[in-house]
Amino acid sequence: MSMLTFEKKYRVRGGTLIGGDLFDFWIGPFWVGFFGVTTLFFAGLGTGLLVYGAAMGPTWNIWQISIAPPDLSYGLGLAPLMEGGLWQIITICAVAAFASWALRQVELSRKLGMGLHIPFAFSFAILAYVTLVIVRPVLLGAWGHGFPYGILSHLDWVSNVGYQFLHFHYNPAHMIAVTFFFTTAMALSMHGSLILMATDPREGETVKTGEHENTFFRDDIGYSVGALGIHRLGLFVAISAAFWSAVCIVISGPFWTRGWPEWWNWWLELPVWY
Amino acid sequence: MKILNMQLFAGTALLSALLLTGCDLPPQETVQRGYRGTGMEAVYSPEVLQEVVAANQVPAAIPAVSSEGPKAGDIYKNVEALGHLSVGEFTRLMAAITQWVSPEQGCNYCHVAGEGFEQDTLYTKKVARVMILMTQNANENWGAHVGGAGVTCYTCHRGNNVPEQVWTIGVPPRHAEGHNHLMQNVAHQESSVYTSLSIDPFTPYLLEDGVARAQGGTALPTGHTESIRSTEHIYSLMMHYSDALGVNCTHCHNSRAFGSWEQSNSERVKAWHGQQMVKSMNNDYINPTNDWLPEYRQGPMGDAQKVNCATCHQGAYQPLLGANMLADYPNLGSLAPAPIDLIEEAADAIEGAVEKAVEAIEGGMESASLDQAESAGEAH
Repeated sequence: MSMLTFEKKYRVRGGTLIGGDLFDFWIGPFWVGFFGVTTLFFAGLGTGLLVYGAAMGPTWNIWQISIAPPDLSYGLGLAPLMEGGLWQIITICAVAAFASWALRQVELSRKLGMGLHIPFAFSFAILAYVTLVIVRPVLLGAWGHGFPYGILSHLDWVSNVGYQFLHFHYNPAHMIAVTFFFTTAMALSMHGSLILMATDPREGETVKTGEHENTFFRDDIGYSVGALGIHRLGLFVAISAAFWSAVCIVISGPFWTRGWPEWWNWWLELPVWY
Repeated sequence: MKILNMQLFAGTALLSALLLTGCDLPPQETVQRGYRGTGMEAVYSPEVLQEVVAANQVPAAIPAVSSEGPKAGDIYKNVEALGHLSVGEFTRLMAAITQWVSPEQGCNYCHVAGEGFEQDTLYTKKVARVMILMTQNANENWGAHVGGAGVTCYTCHRGNNVPEQVWTIGVPPRHAEGHNHLMQNVAHQESSVYTSLSIDPFTPYLLEDGVARAQGGTALPTGHTESIRSTEHIYSLMMHYSDALGVNCTHCHNSRAFGSWEQSNSERVKAWHGQQMVKSMNNDYINPTNDWLPEYRQGPMGDAQKVNCATCHQGAYQPLLGANMLADYPNLGSLAPAPIDLIEEAADAIEGAVEKAVEAIEGGMESASLDQAESAGEAH
């Protein structure tokens, strides 16, 4: 693989969290690192077990393959391999692989003397996953509350869990999460288009700078958040989306067992209306 | 900075505490309702379950009496629904009904003191007769819904003159002139289980012949005729089913294919029969009483108070949590047998009809063979 001429300059030793110089080297463009090895191990094992589960299952149809969690009757104990045990091991592999990847990002950030913004942001994705398959099942008392690993089956699970609370769109945290997801998409598309309109001019035009970008938004909405600010805002709306997603599912069941529409009665029953 | 942090912490703690007070705290009770990992589950707060259990206790039964001896219909006058009971059984049932329906007013809720018991002076007595027939009919002919446990007066009444959960035809919400309100978007209505959906999902499906089936049979909306409006009405009705039974949608459905019977739980079949049963109760038994009901027993649209799922279920997946109360009161288990002379009349009528039919068939065959002979003759 080719490498940019200046890239070698940034290939510095150190910054590892564990094992010192162990695995502190590159293979082609990739830095290996201890957590690179653990990522590879857990991701490989987990994927292998998914394929094994598919082989033992009724179908090779990629849409229909599903590795389901155990029956609720197993509670928080271990289940036989083909009755949810596979799901349990794959879950351990997934959490370990995701956590390894985040720690690999920490090591690279340290190596380069940068902030930990990327692993911080990635942690919110891990948080959402861990909430679904660890935190909520533990709060409800059975691994069987986790979602199945399958392209269509996990969507069926989402649908049914939503209908467990009659009308999930009334879940306040779901409302906030959805709003953040849409806001993230809008902010990213507006930022992307702003950068392109400034730096990718029509033929005959010159490339514009931040002054043009700021002026556009000051004229448009009276305020420009600025070049650094838009990335802070982007980080905030994106991790908020993941965070409130985790909240909206962890409160459904462990902290609210009835239909979500009914939850809003606290608002309708405020004494100010009478 | 430190003070700010402290304030922030205190504020967050206060807010969290406020939010949590409105919540059900773990652990919860959960029930698996489908294959593992499908997300078909019931989740109950133990406190809510305790309330449901407490509200669904069966009262002690009055000791059983002999069915031998003279019949109530021979001893008392104007006994239509229960004339086939022995006098002992009849008296016992009257005592039970008094406990179930009018424990405070006693016998005088239906009978005027000093006037003969046979008089139909009070509307309540006439309603009671219709309700007894309705109950007997439900037990005899709607086993597909009430089988196993059956229903008694207590299933709905629970010590109240009128069951606590009944419905009448909905009043259109206040709306601007020309605005099509569609009976929707009214806050804080139990009938829509607090959603913005229809506040009267009962009239189209539990009184009229609306078919609660909106899902298309194809993946794409090809040839699909149901409107969003009817779909939302059905959603509201289904919310009522769930609320009335204290269950969620996955009690019956796998939501990946709401319409598929193969992928649904067997409870959905029971629910379907329940809808037909309730429709029959409302049309065949309750609506006819409206002619002589006092105004204060009617809804704002001038109709009788009707039955829906909550009338019997009252928050339990099976009324009284499945207790077979009917076993203690078998007299409510079936309609009165038709009197002997009526049966004989019917038998005579059937015999006559059969004879006539046989004659007609024979005659028809004769004329047919004649026709054949004629046409054969023409052909040759």
